[in-house]
Amino acid sequence: MTHSITLTINGARHDLTLDDPRVTLLDLLRERLDLTGSKKGCDRGQCGACTILLDGRRQNACLALAVSHDGADILTIEGVAQGDVLHPVQAAFIAHDGFQCGFCTPGQIMSAIGLIGEGQAGTDPERIREGMSGNLCRCGAYAGITAAVLDASVQLEQADRRDAA
Amino acid sequence: MSDTIFPAGPVHLRQGSSIGQPLTRRDGVLKVTGQADFAADHHPDGMLYAVIAHSRIARGRVVSLDLDAARAHPGVVAVMTPKNRPALALDPDAKFHPFMFRMDLLQNDRVRYPHQAIAVVIAETFEAATEGAALLAPHYESEPARVGLDGAEVFVPATVGVGNPSRTEIGDVIAGLAQAAHRIEAVYETDTQYHNPMEPHAIVAHWDGDKLHIDTPSQGMAMAQGRIGGLFGISPENIHIRSPFLGGGFGSKGMFSGPMVLGILAARLVGRPVKLVLKREQMYGPVGHRAPSRQTIRMGADREGRLTAIEVHARTASSTFDDFFEAPADVAHTLYACPAIATSHEAVRLDTGTPLFMRAPGEAPGSIALESAIDEMALACGIDPLAFRLINYAEFEPISGRPFSSKALRECYDQGAARFGWADRPMAARQMRDADGMLVGWGMGTATFPALMFAAKARAVLRRDGHGVMETGAHDMGQGAWTAFAQIAADSLGLDLGAIEFKAGSSDLPDAGIAGGSAHTATVGAAIHDAGAGVIAKLADLAMADPRSLLHGAGNVGVIARNGRLHRRDDESRSESYGEILARAGLDAIDATGSGTMDPAAQQHYAMHAHGAVFAEVKVDPMLGQIRVTRLVGAFAAGRIINPHLVRSQYYGGMIWGASFTLHEHAIIDRRSGRPLNADLGEYHIPVNADIPSIEAILVDEHDPFVNALGIKGVGEIAITGTAGAIANAVWHATGIRVRQFPIALERMLG
Amino acid sequence: MNRFDYVRPATIAEAVKAGSLPGSAYLAGGTNLVDLMKIGAMRPERLVDVSHLPGLGAIEWLEGGAVRIGALVRNADLAHDAAFARSFPAVAEALLSGASPQLRNAATVGGNLLQRTRCAYFQDVAASCGKRTPGAACEAIGGDTRLAAVLGWSERCIATNPSDFCVPLAALDAVVEIHGPAGARSVAFDAFHVLPGDDPARETVLSAGELVTSIVLPAEAAGFSGHSRYLKVRDRTSYAFALVSAAVGLRFEHGRIAEARIALGGVAAKPWRARAAEEILAGAHLSDALCGVAAEAALAEATPSGDNAFKIGLAQRIIVRALAMAAAGTPQHLPALPASPFASATGGLVYV
Repeated sequence: MTHSITLTINGARHDLTLDDPRVTLLDLLRERLDLTGSKKGCDRGQCGACTILLDGRRQNACLALAVSHDGADILTIEGVAQGDVLHPVQAAFIAHDGFQCGFCTPGQIMSAIGLIGEGQAGTDPERIREGMSGNLCRCGAYAGITAAVLDASVQLEQADRRDAA
Repeated sequence: MSDTIFPAGPVHLRQGSSIGQPLTRRDGVLKVTGQADFAADHHPDGMLYAVIAHSRIARGRVVSLDLDAARAHPGVVAVMTPKNRPALALDPDAKFHPFMFRMDLLQNDRVRYPHQAIAVVIAETFEAATEGAALLAPHYESEPARVGLDGAEVFVPATVGVGNPSRTEIGDVIAGLAQAAHRIEAVYETDTQYHNPMEPHAIVAHWDGDKLHIDTPSQGMAMAQGRIGGLFGISPENIHIRSPFLGGGFGSKGMFSGPMVLGILAARLVGRPVKLVLKREQMYGPVGHRAPSRQTIRMGADREGRLTAIEVHARTASSTFDDFFEAPADVAHTLYACPAIATSHEAVRLDTGTPLFMRAPGEAPGSIALESAIDEMALACGIDPLAFRLINYAEFEPISGRPFSSKALRECYDQGAARFGWADRPMAARQMRDADGMLVGWGMGTATFPALMFAAKARAVLRRDGHGVMETGAHDMGQGAWTAFAQIAADSLGLDLGAIEFKAGSSDLPDAGIAGGSAHTATVGAAIHDAGAGVIAKLADLAMADPRSLLHGAGNVGVIARNGRLHRRDDESRSESYGEILARAGLDAIDATGSGTMDPAAQQHYAMHAHGAVFAEVKVDPMLGQIRVTRLVGAFAAGRIINPHLVRSQYYGGMIWGASFTLHEHAIIDRRSGRPLNADLGEYHIPVNADIPSIEAILVDEHDPFVNALGIKGVGEIAITGTAGAIANAVWHATGIRVRQFPIALERMLG
Repeated sequence: MNRFDYVRPATIAEAVKAGSLPGSAYLAGGTNLVDLMKIGAMRPERLVDVSHLPGLGAIEWLEGGAVRIGALVRNADLAHDAAFARSFPAVAEALLSGASPQLRNAATVGGNLLQRTRCAYFQDVAASCGKRTPGAACEAIGGDTRLAAVLGWSERCIATNPSDFCVPLAALDAVVEIHGPAGARSVAFDAFHVLPGDDPARETVLSAGELVTSIVLPAEAAGFSGHSRYLKVRDRTSYAFALVSAAVGLRFEHGRIAEARIALGGVAAKPWRARAAEEILAGAHLSDALCGVAAEAALAEATPSGDNAFKIGLAQRIIVRALAMAAAGTPQHLPALPASPFASATGGLVYV
């Protein structure tokens, strides 16, 4: 039995036929759509390396069955930069050395974008640390990650204010 | 921007300004955009998925597998078992040298640890292969598991660590203890830990006749080529490994592991490219771990607080079928001045996978015990822990009497203590609370790690267009090789960083040895430096021998290579660009190879170690026992710093591993079955972001003229040491409760 | 993960019909079910995807101040609903102390009620477990029991319920609304989860095909909003299950405790309502001594199920602390570290 679903991924519409309902969004992205930026660190929702924005909200792609998300709008790390122009979160991760090996980084960045969008942490470092605690980093880049999210939050806040003015 | 001048041969100098710059990572954009290609991101045409079925017993044998059920699953292409596994040229249990580790490659039906591979299912999809593996539903004949440090017969291994004697002694420890005014004796226990890089071990293997192409994260590609070549009976040159990025290694990707060989075997069996990625739970078995330890420390000091004796006796564990013995006791050899030091090791053999080098192997468990004991000894003497360490500061390496090639530990103590505010620390425990009533404690530890070098090669090319190419099969597991080596390469050729193309991460480049032992930057850096020297020497020879050159005849005074030009040393206004020199000589490019190894003479004369001092603040809920590390300050001296930005991150990472060691991570093993109960990332706790609210690393200047040409010591592992003990000591200082079993369980705080 | 049929019903009635077939499991956020399927601890033959069902995604205020939470409301959305968090702050705090932000964005409140134990022996398909295999012995007994139950356990099962959310729901007398083959019914929260007894496979009163459609918090539950806290002790600062947790609500009248609500998490197969403790506090002036007495009463029937006697004392201490925190008043804003003992850490060293 096959299942037809439609997903919008990084702005592009994908009409897909799934031969297997077991396929997770993560495996769909990585193994079937060649979007390998999202990483599989645990495949159990315990590390956050697979974090994507699903209908605007950060979620673990490894625990989402693709078949259940027909119609969803997905943003992955591949869709974050505008051409060669990095998203402020991406640029801040580089500036603050918010990674070492880089394996958890796509998930960290998607989580950070989600966190900023949620508007719950603001520029409180403690809330940012708590809000980023669903993303493990074995290299121990947490200080840089927090600094990067803080920096990007401030920048995006200022940009919002400029836009509003 | 300051020029850096290195001696390069008798006459030529090279000047560059890249070394020492806090540059951001050159691979940064790739990593933040998801374009950095890790092994499992590859997907050659026709690729199949291989999934390992692993044992769920610790010891015994596999009696049956339901092959029919697995094969009947749609999409399953093959099931590889001992019966049909392609032949190997070498017994996986063969061992020709101590660091050739035995593997489980389906050579028989035996199970010798939990999560050992017992079959491999290969299928068209990941989902089919995964379920196929589950459907094998093995039946076992199971034998009682040998679990824990008291679970098997104790023996003394012939050697520990990397070939160290299991027993070492200087002076008379018994006399030293007898004459001591103050003595302590304590037993410290550390638990089993798993490397758990975020990237699970992965391989995409593709046979092309007798040629093998693989994408796999490797900390040592040339060694891997040798190991694979031996197993398959093919020439190492026929094996091409790509490993541009590792999603962390921490030692677990140093030796090519059994499961990765199974991926290659699977590809051979089905005649198609195969991807095999370990499930997280499969990281708890066949790819190494840190063995538990139990260390009994006796220490004595005289009335003034001078150590009279240190005795460390450690029990460790290896697997039942192979030898890897951590040497935690040996940390006592190098740190504190003491006339009598005795270290010894014993071991048991357990039904686990073979332990392996894991970030600061030996040093990390040894340090947390020794630094705790020093804290206890200082208290027994009534002396502040920092003052006590200064009283016992080793001006010469205690175990050998050799001078240190450099040792800025005193500066580390000074700068770290000042930054932390250590002077305000009350001596007694349980003296400080914060405004919310949380107990506050301050502790410190000394960090130390040997400055090692292995062997590496590099090849430098200078092109007529003025650009340089530096090639070496180096490995970047997050430490920043792509950036730091490019910086060294630029200075080695007297070029701007922008004029350098740096190639690494592929086995067809010059052998860069192994990224381990915190030695990669020093070793490969030396090779790059040497290769650059070779090219500049050739270029200088061309110019100086050419009557048309402004540098003609400069041979006696030599040249300076800088910004893509050679200058006469005696008249820097006389210079020529590299391109001009090559063009006149009719050459498109010149090249040279270089090598980096330890200078045996220097090694014989000097003890070489990096050092540091770590200060920790913890808060402990006095009622509920929950612990948080609220502040970490580390000051480290590790010779020349190639890139402070990256080095600081390495220190942070090590310090967080220290916090994890003391408070969080350990494998929970069922004492009856020997199975790990938390083989995941949900219950095997490593720190999360909220666990690390404040961390600082101070880079202390240190000039080391002996350790290697560039004066580099390693930074990758040292920061675990010192930190782990500092946090343990801070927990005592907060609560007055001395816990000697790590990680510290919060219930121990409940009083 | 085993193969399964995937069906996506359009209505609750269709869902219940499909869910009543043997081998069916309801799929909503998937954060627990998909994980358990991956490790083989659950192998349903049919997934009935209820995540698209209409009408179950709203937070609906009822007359008199009660609130009905649709079963498909996401944990994060409920916690961040300002009006809800004002009325039921301990519920919001509990939600935000659970799992990770990513998981809270996916997990539904209905699914939260049905999440399975984190007992390692339940998750390890090689271990004997009466939850996975009815009638099988409990291999956790005699094994690693640090996280196991100290209340309400049986020789058949010593697992604990891992939910944070359910703890304040138990304390606040929530009601679970259910649709099933026999129609709709409501179950008092405290009666929803059942203790293992002889049949640990049965974890709730739901019968085959029954679907949780909503959770109602009664109006009087909002009466505790001024003095409500959730406190959770865990092995790392965030992203860890509770060793022990407590939800406390107090309602004061004329300086006395008019009514107290206390429930514990991490101690039993269900969120553990501590009614004996509540009764001791009701009508009394709050004092350290009285809190101690109440805490002792809450754990009066507790027995270690292994090497976990510490959880009994810890649970008592958590009750005492949570009572003090609740008495001090619900904070204006949820703390940066929800439910953490370090939540209010303000720094500033004070030498004793």
